[in-house]
Amino acid sequence: MAVNETLATVSNDLVYSAMAIYAGAFVAFSAELAFGARSSARPALHTEAAATASGAAVRTLSQATTQAPPKQSRFGRIGVALTVLAFALHLGAVVTRGLSVQRVPWGNMYEFSLTAGLAVTGVWLVLLWRGRDVRSLGLFVVGPVLLTLGLAVTVLYADAAELIPALKSTWLVIHVSAAVLCAGVFSVGATASLLYLMQSRWERTGGGGRLATLLPTSASLDRTAYRTNAFAFPLWTFAVVAGAIWAENAWGRYWGWDPKETWAFITWVVYACYLHARATAGWKGRRAAWIALAGFGCFLFNYFGVNIFLTGLHSYNGL
Amino acid sequence: MTTTPEEEVLETTTLSTQPAPVREPSLGVVGMMRWGWRQLTSMRTALFLLFLLALAAVPGGILPQRGQNPIGVRAWIEDNPTLGPLLDRLSLFDVYAAPWFAATYLLLLLSLAGCVLPRTRMHWRAMRAKPPLTPRNLSRLPVHRSYATDDAPADVLEQARSFLQDERYRVNAYDGSVAAEKGYLRETGNLVFHAALLVLLVGVGMGSLLGMSGSALVIEGTGFANTPARFDVLETGRMYGDDDFDPLSFQLEEFRATYEESGAKRGEPRTFEADLVVRDTPDAAERLVTVKVNDPLVVGGTKVFLTGHGYAPRFTVTDGNGDVVLSEAIPFLPQDGNFSSEGVVKVPDARPDQLGFRALFLPTAAVTEDLGPHSTFPAPIDPAVFLASFRGDLGLDSGRPQSVYSLDAEGLDLEQLGLKALRVGETYELEDGAGSITFDGWEEFATFQVAEDPGKELALWSIVVALAGLLLSLGIRRRRLWVKATTADDGATVVEVAGLARTEAGDLDGEVEAVVTALRKE
Repeated sequence: MAVNETLATVSNDLVYSAMAIYAGAFVAFSAELAFGARSSARPALHTEAAATASGAAVRTLSQATTQAPPKQSRFGRIGVALTVLAFALHLGAVVTRGLSVQRVPWGNMYEFSLTAGLAVTGVWLVLLWRGRDVRSLGLFVVGPVLLTLGLAVTVLYADAAELIPALKSTWLVIHVSAAVLCAGVFSVGATASLLYLMQSRWERTGGGGRLATLLPTSASLDRTAYRTNAFAFPLWTFAVVAGAIWAENAWGRYWGWDPKETWAFITWVVYACYLHARATAGWKGRRAAWIALAGFGCFLFNYFGVNIFLTGLHSYNGL
Repeated sequence: MTTTPEEEVLETTTLSTQPAPVREPSLGVVGMMRWGWRQLTSMRTALFLLFLLALAAVPGGILPQRGQNPIGVRAWIEDNPTLGPLLDRLSLFDVYAAPWFAATYLLLLLSLAGCVLPRTRMHWRAMRAKPPLTPRNLSRLPVHRSYATDDAPADVLEQARSFLQDERYRVNAYDGSVAAEKGYLRETGNLVFHAALLVLLVGVGMGSLLGMSGSALVIEGTGFANTPARFDVLETGRMYGDDDFDPLSFQLEEFRATYEESGAKRGEPRTFEADLVVRDTPDAAERLVTVKVNDPLVVGGTKVFLTGHGYAPRFTVTDGNGDVVLSEAIPFLPQDGNFSSEGVVKVPDARPDQLGFRALFLPTAAVTEDLGPHSTFPAPIDPAVFLASFRGDLGLDSGRPQSVYSLDAEGLDLEQLGLKALRVGETYELEDGAGSITFDGWEEFATFQVAEDPGKELALWSIVVALAGLLLSLGIRRRRLWVKATTADDGATVVEVAGLARTEAGDLDGEVEAVVTALRKE
């Protein structure tokens, strides 16, 4: 099977175009932070009611306020528009890469990073579209995506090519697409947890300056973090189970403590800790957020660390 | 989360009614055990044990493990002569078989069981109980709406009851109010998830007790029979006997590999296929099966996987007396992606002296100053062997175990003869008339993993059920709604609707609002 070199080149061009537009979005979000117009006084902003204003039209009687949703700054709107455009180009890059090799575009680290970055932006845009209070997270979503793409095109780049035999399986479509989506959802969850930790500190100390007024309340960030992580956890379970079924079909055992499997297990257990911590007195809030970040750290290590530094059966980095 | 004044009031109330500290009587043995059990099954302990499990798994994710990478373990210990043996004594190279790892997950499972059982009983009761009595002061609840209407209280409550029932709430009418609750499946899912994890472990245990797995190397044109003696590496479960091997056998007709032929990925494998002539039982008819990497041979409960391949150069050796003492294909171990392969030819039957050869098989041979002889492509485009020859005593009768893949001249009474490179069909006449060796050609060999795991279906189904339970427990919200209708002093009916989420997230506001809208529409 021949590789369509023209499409592969188009894909590469689209990646660079997407990166340029992401960079524009990054600048716009930074400008919002520098000259933003979210000017309301902080105590008013930081009530529960304001946090839910965009999502729920109904206010409780006891908490009813007449506060309008915070006004979006022009820079913020430009940032979102540019991100949508970058997402479209990014999507085009992933699709053309897949078409050029006539298979799913996640057969090596370059392709996985490319697609996972798309998932991160996609998850953020979906949350935004569904009316969640995540718009001001834009800077912290676009930045890491840009970094991921930068790593992909420099360090991880691999030419379009046919798959090695070990990866020729329907389970590549199922197992890795679930993992890619998890990368997207876990990343947004970790961003929300990190910002929650910062915001909840600033709410106590009054620090954080303009960023603190721009970000949602800590309660809202905590909710976003919980929802994304609680959505990702079953998905991650599914990704691991699909991987186990594939392993059984390729190597004769569904679980063999290969480094990749081990770290998938550790990631799973740490996120299970997070979910339990949220239901345990004394562990809600900041401690739970730290656990979520630890879980994301394990997830990242399972990708970069295990693929590059450890030897195992999952040696598909294409480097 | 910010505290509302109401919540603060509630908290102070709770605190003021807390009993004063009392002097605790001594617990006694039963009391101590009960106390220990409570501690073990508390959420805090479960959380701690989960942490511990994650932490305990980490060293196995960083250090090489014997079960997966025995060569890596040996190298690690050799490179770290002080730390290595110490870590080894702590089972850090066999983490997942270590007693402390088992202790962690067994404690966790005990804690889990001790948590799930009483909760199941409680949930069973809760599912059959009526939704709780309407609180006296609904405005204290997190979500509360009220409005006035001319409808009679009884009518409003009847409407509320029927609306909530249509919305699949469990409803109970009290005097002057209606109570409703929804989302019991959340706890059901939660309990199912945790119970299914226990079943999963049973499946895993069944696999390790009643299963087997082993690997065998098969050269083209030769056969394999599923018996213990035929395996190079074999692990059987404690309750797996010699009679339990499925009586399958096969002949490896041909192994085929293709590789990327140009570009940056030149030499990267593209297809592996092995044609097998299989007999499911000794009496069964032969059938032709092509096994690929993700496509094993399945016979009954046994699966045969294609896991690797390599070259087996074919040699003919004559000894100093001029007799042909060896003529066979010998598997060589691949050393790199281009299949530079190392092996040895041991000829104990050669006379007057035994003969031995250390050899390198190169499917596409090249010699450079930097790399010496090496292969530049994995397919046999221009094969050659490079030989170092020895004569003397191979030491096979010394009783010291030897690898068939290495010839360690040290400590043996061996004299090194010459070095020689051969192409197919060429013969090397050894010095001093010690004999000769001919490189006749090559076969390919394939390695197969044979595995049987009677617990895997149970493991799969339990994890599928667990996942379904997980989705219910994370996706469904438990919440209570109350509707109260009272007649005010001016004769109008005051309707109050309030809600209490028993789990976080969700749009409780919207649900309360929906009730209000439905009631006002009528």
